[in-house]
Amino acid sequence: MKNKMSFLQQEGEACPSRCPDNSAFRQQRLPAWKPQFTITAVLSTFFLTGMFCLSVGVCLILSANSIREIQIDYSDKCSDCSKLRENSSNWNKECLCSVNFTLKEDILGDVFMYYGLQNFYQNHRRYAISRSDAQLLGQNVNNSYCAPFTTYQNGTPMAPCGAIANSMFNDTFDLFYNLNSSVTQVPLLKTGNSWWTDKNVKFRNPKSYNLSSAFAGTSRPPYWQKPVYLLDEEDERNNGYINDDFIIWMRVSAFATFRNLYRRVRRIRQFADGLPAGNYTFHISYNFPVTKFKARKHVILSTVVWSGGSNPFLGIAYVISGTAATLAGFVITAIHLKLRKRKTYFQK
Amino acid sequence: RGNNSIKTSKYNFFSFLPLNLFEQFQRIANAYFLFLLILQLIPQISSLAWFTTVVPLVLVLAVSGVKDAIDDFDLSCRLKDEKWMNVQVGDIIRLENNNFVTADLLLLSSSEPHSLTYIETAELDGETNLKVKQALTVTAELGEDLQKLTEFNGEVKCEAPNNKLDKFTGTLTLRGEKYALDNEKMLLRGCIIRNTEWCFGLVIYAGPDTKLMQNSGKTTFKRTSIDRLMNVLVLLIFAFLALMCLILAIGNGIWEYDKGYYFQVYLPWAEGVNSASYSGFLMFWSYVIILNTVVPISLYVSVEIIRLGNSFYIDWDRKMYYPPKDTPAQARTTTLNEELGQIKYIFSDKTGTLTQNIMCFNKCSIHGKSYGDVYDMSGQRIEINEKTEKVDFSYNQLADPKFAFYDHSLVEAVKLGDIQTHRFFRLLSLCHTVMPEEKKEGNLVYQAQSPDEGALVTAARNFGFVFRARTPETITVVEMGETKVYKLLAILDFNNVRKRMSVIVRSPEGDLTLYCKGADTILYELLHSSCDSLKEETTEHLNEFAGEGLRTLVVAYKNLDEEYFQDWIRRHHEASTALEGREDKLSELYEEIEKDLMLLGATAIEDKLQDGVPQTIETLARASIKIWVLTGDKQETAMNISYSCNLLNDDMDDVFVIEGSTSDDVLKELRDARKKMKPESFLDSDEINIQFEKSSKKPKVLPDEQANGVYGLVITGHSLAYGLEENLELELVRTACMCKVVICCRVTPLQKAQVVELVKKYKKAVTLAIGDGANDVSMIKTAHIGVGISGQEGMQAVLSSDFSFAQFRYLQRLLLVHGRWSYIRMCKFLKYFFYKNFAFTLVHFWYGFFSGFSAQTVYDEWFITLYNLVYTSLPVLGMSLFDQDVDDRWSLLFPQLYVPGQQNLYFNKTVFVKCMFQGIYSSLILFFIPYGAMYNTVRSDGKAIADYQSFALMVQTCLLIVVSVQICLDTSYWTVVNQFFIWGSLSVYFAITFTMYSDGMYMIFTASFPFVGTARNTLSQPNVWLAIFLSITLCVLPVVGFRFLKTQLRPTPSDKVRKYLIKPEILQQHLRRLRRTSTRRSGYAFAHQHGFGALIMSGRNMRPKSPFATTGTFSPNSDKHKHKGL
Repeated sequence: MKNKMSFLQQEGEACPSRCPDNSAFRQQRLPAWKPQFTITAVLSTFFLTGMFCLSVGVCLILSANSIREIQIDYSDKCSDCSKLRENSSNWNKECLCSVNFTLKEDILGDVFMYYGLQNFYQNHRRYAISRSDAQLLGQNVNNSYCAPFTTYQNGTPMAPCGAIANSMFNDTFDLFYNLNSSVTQVPLLKTGNSWWTDKNVKFRNPKSYNLSSAFAGTSRPPYWQKPVYLLDEEDERNNGYINDDFIIWMRVSAFATFRNLYRRVRRIRQFADGLPAGNYTFHISYNFPVTKFKARKHVILSTVVWSGGSNPFLGIAYVISGTAATLAGFVITAIHLKLRKRKTYFQK
Repeated sequence: RGNNSIKTSKYNFFSFLPLNLFEQFQRIANAYFLFLLILQLIPQISSLAWFTTVVPLVLVLAVSGVKDAIDDFDLSCRLKDEKWMNVQVGDIIRLENNNFVTADLLLLSSSEPHSLTYIETAELDGETNLKVKQALTVTAELGEDLQKLTEFNGEVKCEAPNNKLDKFTGTLTLRGEKYALDNEKMLLRGCIIRNTEWCFGLVIYAGPDTKLMQNSGKTTFKRTSIDRLMNVLVLLIFAFLALMCLILAIGNGIWEYDKGYYFQVYLPWAEGVNSASYSGFLMFWSYVIILNTVVPISLYVSVEIIRLGNSFYIDWDRKMYYPPKDTPAQARTTTLNEELGQIKYIFSDKTGTLTQNIMCFNKCSIHGKSYGDVYDMSGQRIEINEKTEKVDFSYNQLADPKFAFYDHSLVEAVKLGDIQTHRFFRLLSLCHTVMPEEKKEGNLVYQAQSPDEGALVTAARNFGFVFRARTPETITVVEMGETKVYKLLAILDFNNVRKRMSVIVRSPEGDLTLYCKGADTILYELLHSSCDSLKEETTEHLNEFAGEGLRTLVVAYKNLDEEYFQDWIRRHHEASTALEGREDKLSELYEEIEKDLMLLGATAIEDKLQDGVPQTIETLARASIKIWVLTGDKQETAMNISYSCNLLNDDMDDVFVIEGSTSDDVLKELRDARKKMKPESFLDSDEINIQFEKSSKKPKVLPDEQANGVYGLVITGHSLAYGLEENLELELVRTACMCKVVICCRVTPLQKAQVVELVKKYKKAVTLAIGDGANDVSMIKTAHIGVGISGQEGMQAVLSSDFSFAQFRYLQRLLLVHGRWSYIRMCKFLKYFFYKNFAFTLVHFWYGFFSGFSAQTVYDEWFITLYNLVYTSLPVLGMSLFDQDVDDRWSLLFPQLYVPGQQNLYFNKTVFVKCMFQGIYSSLILFFIPYGAMYNTVRSDGKAIADYQSFALMVQTCLLIVVSVQICLDTSYWTVVNQFFIWGSLSVYFAITFTMYSDGMYMIFTASFPFVGTARNTLSQPNVWLAIFLSITLCVLPVVGFRFLKTQLRPTPSDKVRKYLIKPEILQQHLRRLRRTSTRRSGYAFAHQHGFGALIMSGRNMRPKSPFATTGTFSPNSDKHKHKGL
């Protein structure tokens, strides 16, 4: 027994089989960086972040202030029309409504025309999933994603199907410039308003020799006044599923209040620099009933800057955060200076 | 009855899938996800695509399934043996050399003389020395004769299957005659046949009835406190989930009533929904599905993986590897790691744990003369060191060269032929159960069951009384060069009650003598009155020896009367065949003959301390760990060893000794001790008193009390028995827990477990028991964590332990390094895990208020699917496997770092609530910053950006970056792996996102990937990135500030230590200091020998191993040995 022991002892020095590997990983000695919360690091984080946020915030506020925006709530101004629309039997009666406004200064640059909806829950889950991407891709599939607007009772499928498509915003706006009693229609661009990927990838018309035959055997959604292949009779590349207005509507918003791009002002003739100051009139064809669920509709004219639209939130949030970070930096400095003399070393 | 197939593996190839799935679904978390899956199948409720739940569930099931399969495979590989599956009780089996015994067998016959069979029991009890078994003579006659063996027709009556490895009682009825059966004739499953050509055995117990299986099945399942906390938290989270869903469901009801009803023009209510309240009801369940991620399915799997990883580190640690025995540390249970970082009480065995259990014969007292000390010319005692001249034993060719003795006067006495000295050594060479082995002439090796015996026999050998060979009824001793054969007539066995053993031998001259050795207290009662004066002298020497920390034994002899002996041996014979009460009858007989003994002297044996024990104990004490020593040893020796290993020291204010022998005495002593330590604890105003005044009967948790100094408590087993009674246990635990050190001596294994149980019951503390022997098994199993030392007494302790290693000193590394890291890692993991899931899930909750409570998700469904499994799993795993707040050297230098773990500071309900609030805060930022930034806004080219898909992408990108930055803040040890995981996860997120949102994916799986183009259109916008940056800043900056201020205002111990990291010279300083303390190793350890166990009667069974012992080693009448007539 004792012989055996000494034998093992000798072997032990030569590291026998059961001795664990001496690798850095197994011995938990992997080289590592051990960062610490030093006062320098923390304070520089706070002050640098604070400064950065403040400057970004100021930039954002300045640029947001340079945005010119006209927002007109026409839900009340067109109350006659909205009453008419409350009764669904009047669906085929046309209702026009005009809204005047005055620009005191020119709006220079690209001017975008939006329609805005408030209290319209496009983000409701059952609403947002009621669509068939395959159908919109031109594939002839009849599927159940579109419930409850899939087919008519006689079995005719809807094209496009689903609650989103069925509820497509169908007010139309025309903008007129009143200059010295002469009325000029502001030229508007109706294409190029949607994402490139949506227009070219996500939406495709079914293939056929012409558009109306491509949609043969289907029927327009119940609330639509005209079938999908007549959305834009003038422009073949803006008709059917790849109609910009349709595509934009189909990109459901994240919140119940949203604005969608409707038209862009075409910069020609007297509108080459934007919209000149003066009196304008919106001619609105009021088709989209919203009063029942207390939604409101707007029409908006706006310019944009590098940071997007006229939302001041980011700018303000940045300024507040920057200020807070800087103040916190000072507080931390104060606390640190006060504590510096206190002994925090470890008593062995 | 029953066959031998033991089903150690749970599954086979075909049953694996269904059985394993069934088992997994019994786990509550998995069942919950199955329930979710079923909910999702209901179309009105389903709010998420099927894959969001199925993919994680399948992955989690697969990971745990694979783990189970591997565990099962390992298990079955180890123990499965097809060949032996069909063995039945009553079969006769032939085993050959080096065969593995696969059932509990009754040995019938073997190839060796006297049908001896040698076995190795390493697998059974870890002992490496060979043991010998012998068959009954009647069955031995069967030999190898297959004809006779088949005709063998006996009846065996035996006890019911049990787990006692060292006991067996039964009878064999053969041709009308009864033969007693005992453990000597049993070959147990797990043994290996050695040095025996063949043997035949009759199967007595098979399969699960075998003693090995009976022993292995009893392990209780241990869970850590974090496990229990986690279960509570999961329930809390469930309640929280239900609350959120309720709020949202009510919100939905109101919304549908107020708005949804009118919005039906564009969005009719779902089929079957006819009222707002019904819609709210359905929405409750829809939200349960959406918000289910607050209870993350991967939590349990990740926890298992982390624990497994941290267990591997223990197995791999070279600093816990013991080269002399080639034993690495082993984490036998992989689910308890973090508990190692929370130990508050250590219950340690002494013998073999604190001490080496290596004995050296150091001193002796022979007939009133003490030997062993060395004196110089002037009569001053000299400290013995390596230079001291050793006694030259070269006159004795059979001497063991490793034996060292320094007192020359003893050799002189032997050489002079002093009768008493000769008798003394003769006794030592005869009265034992050691087996000699002499493979080469003169090269004697003793196989002793207890090291004390080995030391004593070796001492006798060197002084010229060489025990050379033994047969069942003779002992050959070379006395001063002259070979003598003593007839061995009886061995009066050692046990824990008797605490002595005797042999009765007949010398070649024909004298009948009883030689006895045993504990002084016991033997002194048995001495003849003529020894009284010698007794006094010897007592003086004994006290001297004990004071030096030596183990002592008293030896005595008695000449026997022939007539009386014949009568006695006959009665002994009868008693040993009795089926009932055999042991009682035998011990009565033993007592009868062992009296009026003549005192010979005493032996003193040095019990060496394990390496580094004092330093380890000091380090552990500095980590506020209370150490209780539970030993079977006597009080003085236990206290002595406690001093030598730094447990008790002179700086202590007092050491109380509780040794009352009545309940009242014990109570009084305990009260007195407490009065001294904390007088105010007797006031009526004391909080604990008030608490226990109003006692309901349930055991309450006893808060920690601070004594007014450093105290130690010593309590004897006798008093402990009273202390453990119901009326006193509170008093005991209250007093004992105020002391820094508690020593319980003369305790039984059961009491060891009871003490552990007592502390577990009254203290909200994690306990650890460490021991090496079979007597520690109960306490190892009882404590929260059991540690086994692979020492000399066998493997039983290791087999029932959760962790094992070879040296006590590794305990500090296990606790202070591995335990602390595991605990910190687990806590960091849980904090982060709960945080990230709260931040992730609660965004849905806020979005509910803005989306008509319609169970609309904020994120892409694929993101929900992959968030926990792919995007955030590896960084947190990396942190929980690699993180170190301070490295191992610092952990050991500053044991105070261990304290937060004991107090549960890093993860508890408060910390959880903090995580929850941090999660809620983050989710608010993550929702409202993008909300504000996107509200009514457009891109810089006037096109849409406030659409649902862009918003989803933005929030999920924000979330992922925020949680990644958060893990960066949490990680304090950045290895390459951590960097890789964190950056990799972020890159994978962007890669997967861009892939899933690509044109190609959309063309192929149109319905699954509707987010086409979103990434390209959104992530190119400056305001999106500004919003993301702002969210990150707002989520992270406050955390940075708070953490920094916390390290300044209320620094944790590790913060304090981390300050040093900048100053390496301090480490050097401390290292030097530590080295200085390490020289303080003075004490000898000693222990009263206990647990000789049932000394097998091997003395009678040994075959002549030594052909060199010249005189007749066994008589021709050997068939007539004691068993013959049985």
